[in-house]
Amino acid sequence: MNAATMHTDKIEANDLSVFFRQAQVLKRVALKVPEKKVMAVIGPSGCGKSTFLRALNRMHDLVPGARVEGRILLDGENINDPRVDAVALRRRVGMVFQRPNPFPSMSIFDNVAAGLKLNRVKGNHAEVVERCLRQAALWDEVKDRLGHSPLSLSGGQQQRLCIARALAVEPEVLLMDEPASALDPIATARIEELIHELKARYTIVIVTHNMQQAARVSDQTAFFYMGELIEVGATEQIFTNPREKRTEDYVTGKFG
Amino acid sequence: MRARADTPQPAAARPRVNRGDRAWGLILSALGGAVLIIAGGIILSLVRVARPVFAEVGLEDFLTGQDWDPLSDVFGALPFIYGTVVTSVLAILIALPVALGMTLFLAEMGPKWLRQPVAFAVETLASIPSVVYGLWALFVLVPWLRQTVQPFLGDHLGFLPLFSGPPLGLGYLAAALVLAVMILPTIASVTGEVLKTAPVAVKEGALALGATRWEAIRMAVLPHSRPGIFGATLLGLGRALGETMAVTMVIGNSPTISASLFAPGYTLPSVIANEFAEAAGDRHTGALAALALVLFGITLLLNSVARLIMQRGQRKLQGRAA
Repeated sequence: MNAATMHTDKIEANDLSVFFRQAQVLKRVALKVPEKKVMAVIGPSGCGKSTFLRALNRMHDLVPGARVEGRILLDGENINDPRVDAVALRRRVGMVFQRPNPFPSMSIFDNVAAGLKLNRVKGNHAEVVERCLRQAALWDEVKDRLGHSPLSLSGGQQQRLCIARALAVEPEVLLMDEPASALDPIATARIEELIHELKARYTIVIVTHNMQQAARVSDQTAFFYMGELIEVGATEQIFTNPREKRTEDYVTGKFG
Repeated sequence: MRARADTPQPAAARPRVNRGDRAWGLILSALGGAVLIIAGGIILSLVRVARPVFAEVGLEDFLTGQDWDPLSDVFGALPFIYGTVVTSVLAILIALPVALGMTLFLAEMGPKWLRQPVAFAVETLASIPSVVYGLWALFVLVPWLRQTVQPFLGDHLGFLPLFSGPPLGLGYLAAALVLAVMILPTIASVTGEVLKTAPVAVKEGALALGATRWEAIRMAVLPHSRPGIFGATLLGLGRALGETMAVTMVIGNSPTISASLFAPGYTLPSVIANEFAEAAGDRHTGALAALALVLFGITLLLNSVARLIMQRGQRKLQGRAA
């Protein structure tokens, strides 16, 4: 890549549509996600925001009946190209899910190290595990019980463990699908703090239906409605001075 | 209101229970207790019939004796125990990988439209009477083993005691194979149900880390399903241990112990089925009852061990909460 084509957009979706059998749940979305920023995706339930997120690491590949059309450029390369290996892609684009989903049969340590083992990374796993747990602000709480089951942790701790697990493979992009929706306010606050710290190193796309959360954590906000991208812009602009009437109605709580 | 009028005890002395609930409770307790009473009764009566033989031969000699000659009152159960265990374990070794591969393929990889027909085929396998399996094995499987499989194995692996000896067709191998086919549906259907309950979220977690499909299965699906698969295997093993008809038709019915899988043998259920009608006198009958007790004991032992292992596995899965 030469200097002239250098761009600061990490992800660029063009004309992106997703179908589940006959139903079109995402309609020709065009959206750019700048590098090392946090992009929040908001919208009412069923608006296609999770569908959009899951297109970015090709999770739809595994869903029978799902079809993705259009292009998604990651560093200028179309990830929907059939020649792109989805497994390799997912190592670059990590994901944190709505509900914490640690591997219950593995220890806390092995959960974080799981991605390293998958990548056959040699070297000192303990060092990486500690670093990732520190980054996920969980180290102090678990350092004395790394051999324990992750199910002995609280929901918020489990979610931070899942974030640590995602960080261990050193992804370039982190997708977060309502990562705090199953957590209490204190755990939510910790996750949000964490997002602030992580954006120095990662490009983050976070789906949320909590508008305060979007306002708190993101640099840019995209509003989806009925499978369409209605508006995208700086978070402050979206919440204070939206261009679209539907955006205004949503962020002011007229529907949702 | 009726319930209140019908409650004789004062509420302080005894918590008031709805009358219908109490009747239900009694009926269910009786039915539950009946299971214990029936099982206990069967064991007790078997013990009573078998007692003279145990008293005369001694439990240890009965279990370790290698000769079985009812006419001379020589009763040794070891050939039958050996035959039962060898055929059942071999059947599991054959059926488990096949069942696991089949259900994993259907649940995780295969096309969806294939699931229904295969599930139906598996159910059909389960509903074929065992005498039909035996007949098929006798007329199709055994000649094939004798003419093709056993000569081939003997030529190439004959240096192993397992595959030595003349290719007779009838014997441990034939019995194990027919058992494997018979227990396949049991293992496959239970395993299939277990795999269906594997949490999608954990599997997606693995995939999102860059796991391949197989790695995701190994990391998320198999650990979750392990106790269930183990249980399915035990169900299959239980069925194999007790299977009578089909095994009797193809095992060769020879009360001997051989290392070779080609050799004819005998199992506990088979000898009972073959000899109960001609058992003359208390001692022969008693010896057969004793064999039945041994079979029961093996099953009981296996189930207990299995339960222990499964409980331990569950505890591990639930985590050592701090």
